[in-house]
Amino acid sequence: MDAAQALADLTEISSQIRAAVLYGDDGSVLGSTLPDDARAKQLVELSNDLLAAARDAAPGDAELVQVEAATEAGSVFVVGDEKRRIVATTDPEPTVGLVFYDLKSCLRGVDAEEEKPKRAPRRRKAVEGDDAA
Amino acid sequence: MRRRALAVLGFATGLAAGTTLYRRAVTRRRDRVDLYFADGSMVSLGDDSPAAERLLPIARRIVATARNGSS
Repeated sequence: MDAAQALADLTEISSQIRAAVLYGDDGSVLGSTLPDDARAKQLVELSNDLLAAARDAAPGDAELVQVEAATEAGSVFVVGDEKRRIVATTDPEPTVGLVFYDLKSCLRGVDAEEEKPKRAPRRRKAVEGDDAA
Repeated sequence: MRRRALAVLGFATGLAAGTTLYRRAVTRRRDRVDLYFADGSMVSLGDDSPAAERLLPIARRIVATARNGSS
């Protein structure tokens, strides 16, 4: 499934997620639930700022894989890998494990689409008597 | 009689105030940031930690930006 479909499924499955933006390692927006692109890009920049600050706060050289920030107004989730990430917001006090699970499922859905091998066009079987027709 | 009524009133007021304060303390949401690492470990930074002081304003901006822009 493509990014837009994956995000549509995500917001349908997870009622806790208020907004989500899927983005590439270069910061390009791959899909968003927000109505305008400028805000989606702003969210990506802030998400990268959050990740950078989180890496600075990480002890030693531990590899950071996901972040959850809980504030009074709502929670922020960032999850992903070098290839693509997803930043999402929820209402206050979400079910953290469930939100992470839904976000990872969304990422896996997009990954599966990319990794799906292109099907070769089917060859028409030569039927005896075709030449005669 | 009047003294007794005042004592009961004072007790009731104190009880109500105490209950309110207790509820506030219990239900007060603490801002925090949880960092999850590849080895399965997790670090939770409370709002009083210096690292969270840098992370939480960014998180608040993300929530505000998403909220203003969500359909």
